[in-house]
Amino acid sequence: MRWRTVVLAGALTLGSTACGTAAADPGVRTIHIRIHYSAFDPEMIAARPGETIRFVLENTDPIDHEFIVGDETVQLIHEEGTEAHHAPRPGEISVPAGETHVTTYTFPAGRGALIFGCHLPGHYDYGMRGTIQVR
Amino acid sequence: MRHPRRAIRSITVSALAAMFALIPAASAFACGGLVTPNGTVNLLRTTTLAAYHRGVEHYVTQFSFAGADATEVGSIVPLPGVPTDVIKGGDWTLQRLIIETELKRNDGLLLQAAALSSAEDATVLFETQIDALDITVLEGGSVAVGNWAREHGFFLPPDAPEVLEFYASRSPIFMAVRFNVERADDQGVQEAQGTPVHVVIPTPNPWVPLRILGLGRKAGEIVQADVYLLTDRRPATLPVAQRSNGDLSQPGIVQELSEPASASLMTDLRSDRGMKWMPNSGMWLTHLRINTPAEELTHDLAIDASGYDQPDPIAAGFVVPLPDPGVQPIVWATLATGVLLVLVGAAARRRVMSTQAI
Repeated sequence: MRWRTVVLAGALTLGSTACGTAAADPGVRTIHIRIHYSAFDPEMIAARPGETIRFVLENTDPIDHEFIVGDETVQLIHEEGTEAHHAPRPGEISVPAGETHVTTYTFPAGRGALIFGCHLPGHYDYGMRGTIQVR
Repeated sequence: MRHPRRAIRSITVSALAAMFALIPAASAFACGGLVTPNGTVNLLRTTTLAAYHRGVEHYVTQFSFAGADATEVGSIVPLPGVPTDVIKGGDWTLQRLIIETELKRNDGLLLQAAALSSAEDATVLFETQIDALDITVLEGGSVAVGNWAREHGFFLPPDAPEVLEFYASRSPIFMAVRFNVERADDQGVQEAQGTPVHVVIPTPNPWVPLRILGLGRKAGEIVQADVYLLTDRRPATLPVAQRSNGDLSQPGIVQELSEPASASLMTDLRSDRGMKWMPNSGMWLTHLRINTPAEELTHDLAIDASGYDQPDPIAAGFVVPLPDPGVQPIVWATLATGVLLVLVGAAARRRVMSTQAI
């Protein structure tokens, strides 16, 4: 299952920039997402095709969370996956309890809707997800 | 105590086996969906006695061993105050209460508005062992207690942060309980074998936590529990329990029994371990049956047995307590501004009057 995750995630994030805690690039928009009570705030985000966004994930909860960007297939793969923790890669990052982490993601050139979600056990079903409109 | 309370009130009952399954992190943390057989919250019907007499709450519940394969399923119980003792519960108290109410059927719970929601470390008030159970009483805000649980190998479900805050805003005291598998094995504890625990909590304002029974459950999942109350007077509850229609599937909080405790029940309970605190007679027995979807269980049970019939909406979780004044500098700033304005106004008026006089 893991190789599928890696391959698909890699395919969907072609052209993405590296992620991590590097300082913001002035040409890159930063969006701050607060995680509180196992919910993302905001839950709706708009992006332009091909845009690179630096996501700053602030986890205020005493439990771990993660932030996975992708379409429904990506979300399904992670929901059924087995990775306890995500190494930082574009659009996929674990956010331990009480910590703030950064990931930078470049959206594909096409328009459409993507999802961001947390796939730790029970979290996605609990409603821990949001939508990114690429238009 | 930071909440003004009617001193007269000798309120009733209290904390119920509000427990939620906590699963060792090592087995449950996964990218997603990889929930081990023990990674799902699977609580059976819980039975609890919450008794209140002379300002002391006696809370008796049972923790059942889920087996070595299921490893250390644990629980956290919110408490209305700091316990003075946690001892092994009596061998037959809960069973005797069930017999009492079943026979009837066949015939015919110190608010501490702590608001400790900061991430400061939880304080371990004390630790004890009862048979194969490791018990830790903690004081701390929701984040601190959540951090403690996580750091001690528990897996908290996604609704835990909100539910812990719901409780910590009223009382920062929690009891974490888990089976020590090695000790259970040494002691020959069998799967599903229960260990009763008796918590003694002096408090002027006990309550029965219900919301936590829905923790980790899906919205429509039914929460079932039996709560027995023993109080000095007939209690009033908030929410008000419905009268039983005789159907065990009746939803909601259903009052199955409310009557003076029988002499035989009092005698039997008093003869059990740790139950000598009971008077010889004169207590009121109430049996409440909880049968509610988890999504509707967003409150607790406030009980007033003082005779005033005024169960506290804060104790029921319907009203959020005011934060500690100590953490509200804006109030002091507003007051200070008001005083300053009055002084300035008075000074200005004096100046005008003195000008007119000239």
